[in-house]
Amino acid sequence: MSKIANERAENVFTDFKAPYTPAQALVEANRCLFCADAPCIQACPTGIDIPQFIRKIATGNVKGSARTIFDSNILGMSCARVCPVEVLCVGKCVYNEMGVPPIQIGKLQRHSTDVAFDEGWRFFEAGADSGRSVGLIGAGPASLAAAHELRRHGHACTIYDKRSVTGGLNTTGVAPYKMKADRSADEVQWVLEIGGIDVQTGVEVGADLSWDELVSRHDALLLGVGLGPDTELPVDGAQLSGIYGAVDFIERFKLGAVDLSDVRRAVVVGGGNTAVDAVRELVGLGVAEVTMLYRGVEAKMSGYAHEWAAGKLEGVRAHWQAQPVAFEGQAAVEGVRCLRLDDQKQPIEGSEHVVPADLVLLAIGQSKLEQLLTGLSGVTFERGRVVVDEHQATAQAGVWAAGDCANGGKEVVNAVAEGKRAALAIHAHLGGS
Amino acid sequence: MPDLSSNCAGIRSPNPFWLASAPPANSGAQIQRAFDHGWGGAVWKTLGTPIQNVSSRFGAVDVGGTRAVGFNNIELITDRPLEVNFREIYETKKKYPAHAVVVSLMVETREEWKDFIKRAIDSGADGLELNFGCPHGMCERGMGSAVGQEPKVNEEITSWAVEYSTVPVLVKLTPNVGDIVPHGLAAQRGGAHGVALINTIKSIIGVDIDKMVLEPRVGGLSTNGGYCGAAVKPIALHMVAQLARSAEFDIPISGIGGVANWRDAVEFILLGSSSVQVCTEVMLKGYRIVEDMIEGLEEYMRSHDFATIDQMVGKAVPSYSEWGDLDMNYETVAKIDASSCIGCQLCMVACHDGAHQCIHQDEGGSRVPVVDESECVGCNLCQIVCPVPDCITMAEVDNGFAPATWNQHMAGQGKLRPKKGAH
Repeated sequence: MSKIANERAENVFTDFKAPYTPAQALVEANRCLFCADAPCIQACPTGIDIPQFIRKIATGNVKGSARTIFDSNILGMSCARVCPVEVLCVGKCVYNEMGVPPIQIGKLQRHSTDVAFDEGWRFFEAGADSGRSVGLIGAGPASLAAAHELRRHGHACTIYDKRSVTGGLNTTGVAPYKMKADRSADEVQWVLEIGGIDVQTGVEVGADLSWDELVSRHDALLLGVGLGPDTELPVDGAQLSGIYGAVDFIERFKLGAVDLSDVRRAVVVGGGNTAVDAVRELVGLGVAEVTMLYRGVEAKMSGYAHEWAAGKLEGVRAHWQAQPVAFEGQAAVEGVRCLRLDDQKQPIEGSEHVVPADLVLLAIGQSKLEQLLTGLSGVTFERGRVVVDEHQATAQAGVWAAGDCANGGKEVVNAVAEGKRAALAIHAHLGGS
Repeated sequence: MPDLSSNCAGIRSPNPFWLASAPPANSGAQIQRAFDHGWGGAVWKTLGTPIQNVSSRFGAVDVGGTRAVGFNNIELITDRPLEVNFREIYETKKKYPAHAVVVSLMVETREEWKDFIKRAIDSGADGLELNFGCPHGMCERGMGSAVGQEPKVNEEITSWAVEYSTVPVLVKLTPNVGDIVPHGLAAQRGGAHGVALINTIKSIIGVDIDKMVLEPRVGGLSTNGGYCGAAVKPIALHMVAQLARSAEFDIPISGIGGVANWRDAVEFILLGSSSVQVCTEVMLKGYRIVEDMIEGLEEYMRSHDFATIDQMVGKAVPSYSEWGDLDMNYETVAKIDASSCIGCQLCMVACHDGAHQCIHQDEGGSRVPVVDESECVGCNLCQIVCPVPDCITMAEVDNGFAPATWNQHMAGQGKLRPKKGAH
């Protein structure tokens, strides 16, 4: 498996949310009310027993605390860092109803899981060999969570990924002030330590390995391929240099060096979470003037309000209700020609103007991987997503799907929940109970 | 993998954690739910002639924003029909044969004891617990602590129970006595297989200062209740340890009193308990607390190389000594870790106002106080008030004096180091 490079542009970032010291964790843990039928658990896609893991921190049973977390969510270490807790568990803490600061569940979870990693605690063993084998396509959170669960039931697993790095977006896409690529790589190692998971990187299914061959190798398949490349903006000047897909650009600076010394002004097109991450990241990488350019109004952007609020504090600018119509420049981009939009997102006549930019990131969505999967007969699609039932089963017998390719692009914790759900369904399919 | 199974006076359970005889063990449905959560045993809420309760029944002491550090109640024994209780005991034992179901009893006459004991055993009880402890209501009727405070009565009733019982008999002792040992010995003489302690402590939990009525208020009146919860643990530990170290006392102990988590349970076991009973923390947080208790105990046993509970029982008892046998030359002084000190100076004010005036402001202007080690008596007060874990430690000092006790000193042996802070 390839190693993450040491020299990475993302290294300049520090944690936006600093880790707790043991003393801080103890103070916070003792505030938890240990609610019954707790709203925080209901808000967690993986259903971690949050009050129980927090109580265990309070009694000094940090090991048990970590066990509680990992038993529900084997990627609990990364989820503690990357989950939008403000709109999930923390947002539902009953203290909010009282006007008291809610319990910092993400930071407490990070505390327990970091200690577990540091101490090298191991909680799970592979089940007795079932003699069955599962192929998982894509080495991201969905496949990792599924493979770990399948191993607990004794099924052999092979994960295929076309890239040289594993961990999927956890490695290549998470904002570095939440988690860096090497920490994601640590987590992949931790998951794989259960044994019996063969990871084949640099293997592109459909090109290096046919779907028919894959089907013949395994008793079941899980699709965890995520989404495709960034959506392009087909306007004049799109071929100019200095214009990148945001997901692609983020991967570059997370895995290696980028040179932004000539960039004074950057524009990020979009209003979703990738756009909000990208503007904050560009500020952190030292770009003097970073502008988010979005078609709608601030209140309607789909990026999380708490992330955007942090971005504004960090100095990000916004250009609302603007539609790019062309990129200006000779060889390199120099600006984005825009039209103003009204509240119905209709262009306002005579409103054309140019926003200067020597770097443009497009965060207007990612293409779906329908094409990649066309070689696999029987799987159906709807708006580019793989259609799955409540057990993550596709329309093709023996094939399940989880994560972004099935949900259209959600959080890591959703991918983990879906991967685990798929694993349990596959286990049942393979004759397990 | 440590073995958590316990054997307390011949009553076996998958782990040493039992529900105490109290509201959480009031019915079969509750106890079965508790067993599903992981509890190893339960002592059924005391059976006797069913009573009627008052409203309200519970009160609590909050300390510094923490709810219910101490708790009290004026509830009595079971108010449910006896045939329902006995049927549910039978059903529970049938469904959970490996769990301990102990039936607590409190009746008056010898005939009643005989009858209740037979019915309890016929229902499948693994053991009996004689409630000689309840300090409110029932004692006014000549039962509960009224029995527990009279060693002769205790011994006599215990002997009846032992005569009629085919299962182990535990005697539940009241802490409302000057010295617990004679009462434990009375139970032992009566033939008890073990004792359970402590029951609740006679208490008034508070006064409604607007209505000028005691709490918990029953209209315009109230009465003394039984105190329990985290606050009573030190009293319970002392009484358990008093019995455990007594040369004459040699029957097993089921420890009770303020157990809220696995650490508390470990303390009771180290002081001689072979099972540990819990009520108040379950009333406050639910049966689900046992998950952490089991896990915490297991991890403790693993990290301290205990393979069985038996190996742990009483391990700290030999450390319980008389004051006169303590080493007067053992010396500690406080050390403040400047890097973790947050400058609250609580240690300084505590030392100045409540101890020996040896922690001072730093003359250099830092907020980190300075310990005058030549004056420090090693009392621990600064460490106790410090809000930062491990910021203040008590360091042992090598003063060159050989160990010497007060008793040796009084016998003209041993040389005591000079006193500190006594001027």
